[in-house]
Amino acid sequence: MNVAVAKTGKGRAVSDLFTSAEGRLPGSPGVTAVRREAFETYERLGLPHRRIEEWKYTDLRALVGEVLPLAAAPDAAALKRAADAVKAHAIDGARKLVLVDGVFAADLSDAKALAVEVGFKTLRETLEKDAGLLKTATVDAVIALNAAMATDGVVLSIADGAQLSAPIQIIHIATAASASAFSRSQVTIGKGSRATIVETFVAAGATAYQINDAVLVSVADDSDVAYIRLMDDAPDAVNVTSQFVTIGANVKYNFFNMTTGAAVSRLQGFITLAGEGSELSANGVNLLKKTEHGDTTLVVDHAVPNCVSREVFRAVLDDRAHSVFQGRIIVRPDAQKTDGKMMTRALLLSDEAEADNKPELEIFADDVSCGHGATAGALDDSLLFYLKARGLPEKQAQALLIQAFVGEAIEQIADDGLREHVIGIAERWLERRQ
Amino acid sequence: MALLEVKDLKVRVEEREILHGLTLTVNEGEIHAIMGPNGSGKSTLSHVIAGKPGYEVTDGQILFKGEDLLEMSPDERAAKGVFLAFQYPVEIPGVATMNFLRTALNAQRKARGEDEFSTPDFLRKVREVSKSLNIPQDMLKRGVNVGFSGGEKKRNEVLQMALFEPSLCILDEMDSGLDIDALRIAADGVNALRSPKRSMVVITHYQRLLNYIVPDVVHVMSKGRVVKSGGKELALELEASGYAQFEDAA
Ligand SMILES: Nc1ncnc2c1ncn2[C@@H]1O[C@H](COP(=O)(O)OP(=O)(O)OP(=O)(O)O)[C@@H](O)[C@H]1O
Ligand SMILES: [Mg+2]
Repeated sequence: MNVAVAKTGKGRAVSDLFTSAEGRLPGSPGVTAVRREAFETYERLGLPHRRIEEWKYTDLRALVGEVLPLAAAPDAAALKRAADAVKAHAIDGARKLVLVDGVFAADLSDAKALAVEVGFKTLRETLEKDAGLLKTATVDAVIALNAAMATDGVVLSIADGAQLSAPIQIIHIATAASASAFSRSQVTIGKGSRATIVETFVAAGATAYQINDAVLVSVADDSDVAYIRLMDDAPDAVNVTSQFVTIGANVKYNFFNMTTGAAVSRLQGFITLAGEGSELSANGVNLLKKTEHGDTTLVVDHAVPNCVSREVFRAVLDDRAHSVFQGRIIVRPDAQKTDGKMMTRALLLSDEAEADNKPELEIFADDVSCGHGATAGALDDSLLFYLKARGLPEKQAQALLIQAFVGEAIEQIADDGLREHVIGIAERWLERRQ
Repeated sequence: MALLEVKDLKVRVEEREILHGLTLTVNEGEIHAIMGPNGSGKSTLSHVIAGKPGYEVTDGQILFKGEDLLEMSPDERAAKGVFLAFQYPVEIPGVATMNFLRTALNAQRKARGEDEFSTPDFLRKVREVSKSLNIPQDMLKRGVNVGFSGGEKKRNEVLQMALFEPSLCILDEMDSGLDIDALRIAADGVNALRSPKRSMVVITHYQRLLNYIVPDVVHVMSKGRVVKSGGKELALELEASGYAQFEDAA
């Protein structure tokens, strides 16, 4: 292959991506300047590839090739499909905020009901004033591209002491085939409050779409927060999400991610424990089949002493699926008495499936307890036989054992209703196998 | 009528022949005991009947209700009425016992073209059977066999037997690891399942179990064959004189 030509070709397509979209990207002139700068960063770096350490196992150049043009505004038929998808995927009792192809859809959302309890704006509105939300501590090519192209998102602010009665569910719906959606949201959680945020990614008729999402979360002291992500995208979609989470003191933060779709997906989370006495529980399940590639990359930064972090991740891999787990735990020099553990296990349902696991402990304090463990293996034949001898057909016996396997991560979700919802999605994935 | 016919069965495990031409016929409603020294192939026979992978049948056949059992998958055999109470029941963490019982029962019923059990019917049945076997309800809330004592595991096997109502029950050393009271409870459970349509193969080392579950026929297995068959008095004879005489015969 002639590399020089390929690069030029991609470079041109990339520029078109921005110039053709620029007129539709919201923001004041100051925001436009920030976008341009972010896009230049992206152009300079190009799509991440395997020689970039953080992207070693998820070579987007090889897996994705090019970024598709920005999705056009959805037409009436697309909005109808989106409305149906909202009905199908809404969690009982949740306040819904719906983004269709990366643009907030007021008609499909419960913004009014939510506004009673929670401050709410769209990203679009925020960007009329300032570009602050386009800036993040960590920048890689994908995050820079998101800053350049983000069309919309939700900006939530939960007041000090608020005890939210119902989950807030952000539903991302893809209706446009062969197009990209760029969204960026912010969730600010006040002191001593209690909130549950769910993010759901689904397709409504769209195929081969790409999602680049970013979320900035900050949690003030003494709060109790559950944040659950459900990436149930179309099988040929691409979903790359970056999450930045800053956690104050004495906080309980319970994070869960489940990936049950997308040809290529990556969740990169940058979680900073910035206040003492907090507990982070970060868990997830990847259910992958065919040639799907699912990457969970988590950087947990213990910046202060006396925090606990626990990570439990499970991957179930069928056919030629490929799962990546990169977990880095950083313990800063001051962060004594840190207790950080991560455990990942992969279940290989086929000889051709592949699991890559890269734990990294970067410990700069001396009085800490940190550890990690990883396993990869097939289903236990003796357990399978026991179930079959009791009348369960092969696939059903496997399903029961797979449910038990992923259950070790799902059971970390405290809320009964949400846990059942997540189990339901996993069960549907298993039923599709049978 | 013959329920199970094992004819001249030869079985290899990892290139080594374990069963060397074993023949056994169990008629409907009969209880057969199989006794024999360690390593004589009793568990191997039970595994091959249940369809456990890893065994190569090189010769002979197994008919169940006249059908070729070796052609069926383990779950098909279960649905047809073959039940093996394992010598060493496995622990399955994360699979709740109740969910497992219901899934298994309904899978069998579905395979037979019967309606699934409704939840209340199922619960009533489990409650009834577990009560008679002295199995506390909280045991059923745990993962399958997880943290069960040896005796509890065995009772859980009998519970399943009662629930699935198989026509052939193979009990592989049901008495091992049971205390005297537990043995009586389990044996009562098994006896309650005796019926003219149901046959049992009871594998044991001890005559004591056969005081509770009285067999119609006793077989002695040695070195991969049935070397002698007789009435229940054969078990007493073995208890007195051991297996030495049969080892020579084999
Ligand atoms: N998976 C295996 N691999 C190798 N050898 C095996 C395997 N399973 C059984 N065997 C051998 O086959 C022979 C019969 O074993 P089996 O378990 O059937 O005996 P048994 O009569 O049930 O003994 P026990 O009374 O101790 O339960 C033994 O010599 C045993 O070592
Ligand atoms: Mg044995």
